[in-house]
Amino acid sequence: MQRPDMSVTLAGIPMRNPVMTASGTFGYGAEFADYLDLESIGAMITKGLSLKPKAGNDTPRIVETPGGMLNAIGLQNVGIDAFIQQKLPYLKDVNTPVIVNLYGNTLEEYGEVASRLDGLPGVAGVEVNISCPNVKQGGIVFGTDPCAAQDVVCLVKKNTSKPLIVKLSPNVTDVVLMAKACADAGADALSLINTLTGMAIDLDRRRPVLANVTGGLSGPAIKPVALRMVWQVARCVKLPIIGIGGIMNGRDALEFMLAGASAVQVGTASFLDPGAAQRIANEMEQYLIERKIESVSSLIGALEL
Amino acid sequence: MQFKSMVVSNVELSPGYFRMRMTAPGELAASAPGQFLMLKVTDAIDPLLRRPFGLFDVGTFSAEYAGCGTQTYCEILYKVVGKGTRMLSALHHGDVVDLLAPLGKGFEAGPAGEEKLLVGGGIGLAPLYYLAKALVARGEKVRLFAGGRNRDDILCITEFERLGVESYVATDDGTLGESGFVTQVLERHLGAGMRIFACGPTPMLNAVAKMAHKHEVPCQVSMEAYMACGVGACLGCVMKGANHTEATPDYRCVCKDGPVFDSFELQWS
Repeated sequence: MQRPDMSVTLAGIPMRNPVMTASGTFGYGAEFADYLDLESIGAMITKGLSLKPKAGNDTPRIVETPGGMLNAIGLQNVGIDAFIQQKLPYLKDVNTPVIVNLYGNTLEEYGEVASRLDGLPGVAGVEVNISCPNVKQGGIVFGTDPCAAQDVVCLVKKNTSKPLIVKLSPNVTDVVLMAKACADAGADALSLINTLTGMAIDLDRRRPVLANVTGGLSGPAIKPVALRMVWQVARCVKLPIIGIGGIMNGRDALEFMLAGASAVQVGTASFLDPGAAQRIANEMEQYLIERKIESVSSLIGALEL
Repeated sequence: MQFKSMVVSNVELSPGYFRMRMTAPGELAASAPGQFLMLKVTDAIDPLLRRPFGLFDVGTFSAEYAGCGTQTYCEILYKVVGKGTRMLSALHHGDVVDLLAPLGKGFEAGPAGEEKLLVGGGIGLAPLYYLAKALVARGEKVRLFAGGRNRDDILCITEFERLGVESYVATDDGTLGESGFVTQVLERHLGAGMRIFACGPTPMLNAVAKMAHKHEVPCQVSMEAYMACGVGACLGCVMKGANHTEATPDYRCVCKDGPVFDSFELQWS
């Protein structure tokens, strides 16, 4: 049998396979070049970038929990200008689409960051973060109110000609409502889910473990929630979906595709296995070979009920 | 680099403290004292993350007595504190772990002829043995100051003494060496022409750094932090740089910019 066709096209971005690296878990790409071939994965998504550099939260910022971890980094990043000057030149030479994750402290900042990226060669698309649970402004405020989310998406859309992905929060009552709002506002694709808000307590010290008190839960512990949300949204919204949440191996990734995802993002797995994204792409291909499935895109939404 | 490693030995040195030797690729012999490794103790998802450990020693058996080809090994010292280290303590010869190593920035030995003062608090002693070996090999005069709460926390002193390192011990309860903090013993020895290398609990490092600044002795500290990735991506392990303010943030990654820092690089309380 010929090798299966692993390629997918997502919101007009052609990818060699459906495996992307999730924002905030893959640095600016270069950090992982010693551990995997950056040209073996579908796409890279950068750390979330803001108009100005951001310090992030106090420490401790991370803590391990059963089957997962909590983080409250607070969107520490170099800022959009430093990214364009210092990080993008390296990424431009890598033959893999780079999607820039961006966020704003205010509505206007979302538009401003998007406009600075517009027309830049080497940026295949933007992913708008309206779902970070760890910062007061930006992020979650826009991610839990459908009207606020629509405002952000409309404004970014006005300021970019690049494919626009919106990253959704699971910390809402009805994720479908949020997905529809973003679709109506002009999003080209949706990625879900961001982390679930959580907390860890040090009993003996009677204090929260994280300096930020609460943090975002990621890792295998959240996979069932993520699968359910991807499946719900896929049934109600026409846009392509990128599935995220606790993907550790090729089988996990393919489950998200059955639920309706056109691609997946690997996040926490890269922390414990820096070569995870490449390994997962290989495992997906191996599964297709074993089952004699000709193309990975044939599995999108192929869940039998 | 990422590699699978076979446990060669895993010995309890004192209650709750273990010394583990693992096979390593030959390239690890080029690591620097102060660098660390990230160890995954199980393929299962709990514990999920790797654990960071300073390199206690790196060496190579020659083919003559390895019984096979030349074999490089590395060692860690660890204290059982939670699920991950408890699982680690149950490993035997022949078990396999997954390692990322060597990671981070190690110690800088400084000019020859200085007196090199190594200061270790409890398990913080770990990276200092590898350093002591390198310094002694260069012909440097090396002294060790080891502190702990009680005698069980004082590890591997004889190993240092075999290298010819003069050692000074202090314990909080006086069950071994002098009674009190190791920093008190250190201060009595401080003078010109010396250089400090310290690793241990943050309050101890805080005291050592301040003492070093007061006596104008150059000082490097090896920091410990919660860490997820070890390669500078998660930004979970940061410390505040000396000039950090809210308006002009300056965070350093312990994993990538450290774990060894010049004491002037960091902000002390």
